[in-house]
Amino acid sequence: MAEVHMTETVPCADAGEDAPKVRIKGLYKIFGETPEAVLEHVHGGMSKPELMDLHNHALGLNDINLDIPARKIQVIMGLSGSGKSTLIRHLNRLIEPTSGEIWVDGENVLAMDDKQLRDLRRFKMSMVFQKFGLLPHRTVLENAMYGLEIQGVQAKEAEERARKWLDRVGLAGFEDQYPSQLSGGQQQRVGLARALATDAEILLMDEAFSALDPLIRTDMQSILLELQEELHKTIIFITHDLDEALNIGDRIAILRDGEIIQSGDPQAIIMTPADDYITDFIKDVNRAKVVRIRSIMKAPANSQGKPVLTTDSIEDALPKLHRSPSKCCPVQRPDGSVCGNVTIDAAIEALKAPESEGDDVRYA
Amino acid sequence: MLEFLTEFPSLGRQDLSSFKQGIDEGFRTFSRANGEAIEAFFNPLLQFLIWFEDVLTGAPWPLVIFVIAALTWFGARSWKITTGAVISLLLIGIFGMWEDTMSTLAMITVATSLCVALGIPIGVLMSRSDRAQSLVTPILDVMQTIPSFVYLIPVVMLLGIGKVPGLIAVCIYAIPPIVRLTNLGIRLVDRDVMEAAEAFGASSREKLFGVQIPLALPNIFAGVNQTIMMALSMVVIASMIGVRGLGTQVLRAIGNQYLALGLMNGLAIVALAIIFDRVSQTYGKRLQAYRETGHG
Ligand SMILES: Nc1ncnc2c1ncn2[C@@H]1O[C@H](COP(=O)(O)OP(=O)(O)OP(=O)(O)O)[C@@H](O)[C@H]1O
Ligand SMILES: [Mg+2]
Repeated sequence: MAEVHMTETVPCADAGEDAPKVRIKGLYKIFGETPEAVLEHVHGGMSKPELMDLHNHALGLNDINLDIPARKIQVIMGLSGSGKSTLIRHLNRLIEPTSGEIWVDGENVLAMDDKQLRDLRRFKMSMVFQKFGLLPHRTVLENAMYGLEIQGVQAKEAEERARKWLDRVGLAGFEDQYPSQLSGGQQQRVGLARALATDAEILLMDEAFSALDPLIRTDMQSILLELQEELHKTIIFITHDLDEALNIGDRIAILRDGEIIQSGDPQAIIMTPADDYITDFIKDVNRAKVVRIRSIMKAPANSQGKPVLTTDSIEDALPKLHRSPSKCCPVQRPDGSVCGNVTIDAAIEALKAPESEGDDVRYA
Repeated sequence: MLEFLTEFPSLGRQDLSSFKQGIDEGFRTFSRANGEAIEAFFNPLLQFLIWFEDVLTGAPWPLVIFVIAALTWFGARSWKITTGAVISLLLIGIFGMWEDTMSTLAMITVATSLCVALGIPIGVLMSRSDRAQSLVTPILDVMQTIPSFVYLIPVVMLLGIGKVPGLIAVCIYAIPPIVRLTNLGIRLVDRDVMEAAEAFGASSREKLFGVQIPLALPNIFAGVNQTIMMALSMVVIASMIGVRGLGTQVLRAIGNQYLALGLMNGLAIVALAIIFDRVSQTYGKRLQAYRETGHG
C-alpha cells in the first residue's frame, strides 16, 4: 500500500489536518471456522486465493491501516468482493475483526461493552444502506424517526426533527406513505433522512447510491454534497464507481482483495497511480473533468494574464490558457492569493492517461 | 432356530406386564401425591373458564350477537362476513343450540388465548436459538401426530374428568401451529432490515418488538388462524372427557344414531369455524396492507 505524495505542488495542498476522526490499525478479518488459527498464514504473506484453496477460509480484510479525517468525505473504492462492506461494518462493529484496532475520536471501539457500543451506534455513527434497509411496516415519517426513537427522544420532538430532514432531502408531502409506495431514489432519501436525523457526526454509506439509476444517482450525489457543505460530517462512502468517487471524495482509498493498495488525495490517484491495477481502473475516466489545476501547476508565481483557480478542472482552464499570449496563466487559490502558474503544455500532457504495462488486470 | 425367526423375541408376558404395571403404578402414585397441587394450580383457569361460560350463556342473546357482530366488523371490515356471522348465530339460536354454542365458544376462546399466550413466547425463543429450535421441533411433531386419545389418559388420570383436562387436551393439539409460525415468521424477517435496526443501536428488545414481531405478524396470524381451526376440530373429543358444548350433542347423536341432531350440531361447529377463519384471515391480511401498495 503506497501513500503517494504529490510533487512540487505541495504549497497549495490542504492546510494541516486535525487528529483523525476514525483510525484503523492493522485490521484483519478472516471468514471461516477457525480464523485465529489461519491468521498466521496471512501474516506470513499468504494471498486470498491461496488461503481459500489451502485452508478454506475467506480473507475479508488484510492489514488495513487508514486514518479518516474529520469533516471530510472518505471514499473507499474497490470492485465487488474486495471487502468494502466488510470494512465499513467493522467501524460500528456489525462485524467483529479477527485482529486489529479501531479508534473513533480516540476511543477504542473494540474495547466497548454492549451498552457503549449501542451508544456509539445511536449517537455517533449512523448508516445508509445499499438496499435501503427501511422498515416496511412504518411510514416514511416513522422511518425517519427511527433513530431518534431509539435514542429516546420525545415523540413530538422526534417528529419535528424527522419532518425537517425529510423536507431537506425533498420528501415533504410523502410523510404518510409506506416505503413500498416510493421509487428507489425516494426510498434512499428516506434512508438519508433517517441517518441525518440522529445528528451523528459520522455517516457510514455502503454503496448508498449504487442501486439507483445514473441520473438519480448524480442527483443524490449533489444532495449529499450540498448537505455536506453545511453539515461537515465525517462521511465514509463506499462505492465501486470511480466517477462517483472522484465527484464526492475528499480522499479515496482503493481496496483489492481486502488490501488497501492506494489511498490519499483523489488527484494523487489520478496523476500517479500506485500500480497497474489502479492505472487500469482510472484509464477510462474523463481527465479533462477530474484533473484539477493544482495537480499540474508549478511553483514560481511569475506569469501575467488572467488567473485560473487551483480548483478548476483542465476543461475549465483550457480556454483561458489558449487565449493567454504566453500560453501560461497564474494560478490563484480560492481565497485570491496567487501560488504558481500553469502552462498549456502541462494541461495537455495531463490529459494523457498513464499507461500500464501488461494486460488489463481488472479482468485478469 | 426356526422358532427364533418366526416368533419375535419379545419380552416375556410376565416381564411385560410388570413393566407396564410399574409405569402405571409410578404415575398413579405421582398423581395421588401431586394431583391436588396440580388441580389447585389450574383452579384459577377453571374459575375463569366457568365465569366466561356463564357470561356468554347468561347474557341476553341480542347483546351477545351484537358484540360478536361488532368484533367481526372490527376484525374483517366486511359487511358480507358480518352479516354472515349474524345470520349463522340466529339460525343456531332458532334450532335450539344457543347454549351449547356459547359453551363451545367460551372454550375455544379460552383455549386459543392460552395457546397464543404460551405459543408466541415459545416461538420467539425458538427463533433466537438454533438449539431451542432443534429441541422444540420434535416435541411439536409428536404433539401433532400422537393420537389425542393417548394423551387423554395421563391427563384424565391426573386431573379427572372436567373442563380443565379438556382444555389441556385441546391446547396440546392446537398449540403447534402458532409456535411454528411465530418461529418461521421471525426467521424470515429481511436481514437487511435487521441490520439497519442493529446499526442504529436498537437493543434486542427494541429489535424484537419494533421490527421482528411486527414484520412476522402476518405469519403469526396465520398461526393463530390454524390454532383456532385445530381447537374447533378437537371439540368432540374434548367432550368425551367432560367439556360441555356442541361436542356433547354430537357424541349423544353418535351413541343413539340421531342423524339430525348430529348434523345440526356438526354444522354449528362448521359455522363457528368459518366465522373465526374469515375474521382472523381478513384481519391478518389487513395487517400487511403495506406490502401490497405500489411497486415493491
Ligand atoms: N459472512 C461471510 N462469510 C464468508 N465470507 C464472507 C462473508 N462476508 C464476506 N465474505 C467474503 O469477504 C469478501 C469481501 O466481501 P464484501 O461483501 O466486503 O465485498 P464488497 O467489496 O462489499 O463487494 P460488493 O461490491 O459486491 O458489495 C468476499 O470475498 C466475500 O466472499
Ligand atoms: Mg458490499
